[in-house]
Amino acid sequence: MVELSVWLYWLSWPLLIAGIFFFLAGTVGLLRFPDVYSRLHAVTKADTLGLGLVVVGLSLRSDSWYSVGMMVLVWVLIMASGATACQLLARYQREAELAARVTRQEPPSDAD
Amino acid sequence: MPIEVAFDAVLVLLLLGLAGTALHVRRLYTAVLLFVIFGLLLAITWARLGAVDLALAEAAIGAGLIGVMLLTALARSGAEPAMRSGRLGVAVSSVLAVLVTALLALAVLPLAERTVDLPELVSAQMTNSGVSHPVTAVLLNFRGWDTLLELVVLLLAFLGVRQLGPAGGSLPAAWPLLDAWSRLLAPLSIMLAGYLLWRGSAAPGGAFQAGAVLAAGAVMLHLAGLLPRIGWSNWQVRVLMLAGIAVFALVAAGTHWLGAGWLNYPLSWSKALIVLVEIAATCSIATTLTLLVIGEREQPTP
Repeated sequence: MVELSVWLYWLSWPLLIAGIFFFLAGTVGLLRFPDVYSRLHAVTKADTLGLGLVVVGLSLRSDSWYSVGMMVLVWVLIMASGATACQLLARYQREAELAARVTRQEPPSDAD
Repeated sequence: MPIEVAFDAVLVLLLLGLAGTALHVRRLYTAVLLFVIFGLLLAITWARLGAVDLALAEAAIGAGLIGVMLLTALARSGAEPAMRSGRLGVAVSSVLAVLVTALLALAVLPLAERTVDLPELVSAQMTNSGVSHPVTAVLLNFRGWDTLLELVVLLLAFLGVRQLGPAGGSLPAAWPLLDAWSRLLAPLSIMLAGYLLWRGSAAPGGAFQAGAVLAAGAVMLHLAGLLPRIGWSNWQVRVLMLAGIAVFALVAAGTHWLGAGWLNYPLSWSKALIVLVEIAATCSIATTLTLLVIGEREQPTP
């Protein structure tokens, strides 16, 4: 009979590796995607998921509920700030595009 | 531990690369962003070295508040100045760099062959300090003078910036999302600052970290346009800003008058006095940093 902590230790590996994979994928997306919106999409979503997986993986290895709670709180805060910052950046970009269109004297179209 | 060595090596290479690129990049905006990332990595470096207090301060002040300050300055400066410097400029700055490096080496090298084992000395005196965290004991008890003078330096920096005139320009109207987000973060920053301040006596944290977190909350509110107009002309602001130095100086004078000497706390009072000084210092640091970052608005003449 193998101890539970050993099981949890091995179970944490796929979670940690998946977390790292999502971080890498988000970074590649940030570097390679063509416009601001898809870059934001890639980096905020993939990083949030990656961090969540890393937190779950590390929680399985942790030996105190206190540190698990701290890590989950950090994750929630980063998730909220990532989502907010993403919306703000996207909106800033959108207003900049609209302003550029106005200065070029183009008629604003509804279908954009 | 090869993987830890690899991590540290990557960290060091990234720091050097970021520092070099931030200095030589063509656009100032990119340089500011690189500087902020440099600050975050420096915070990780301090944490790796076991200096968690420094890591907290670096992340909050070096990366956060100074980043906002630099971006604000950049937005106000208008056109980017030309970054080109002549051959003479390069020669002069290289000579200066060599001289400064030599001076720093002269200052630091004697520390390598230290004759007194300072960590040993601190841990031997810990029971007399009134707190259980060595960094707090050093900052507020053994070397209290240094901390008092740091507060004076911060005040002088603010007064110096004030001479440059009020920060012009107004922020664009905040979007509802930013408004709601800063309303959520501000109480969180107050709670976190209180936690850091209270934990400071037993664990990493303390007045500077708590003050920086509070200031970050205030700056966030300012960005959302929720912070009322504050400045040196408000007497409340002046009281908050001078509270740290005033309380610290009063404690110093009191201990000199009644006790063993300047900032030589009586043992039974140590903890109370240290916490008192830290609370006042947190208020001062938070107010000063906030005003340093957001600048003083033009007051409407009554």
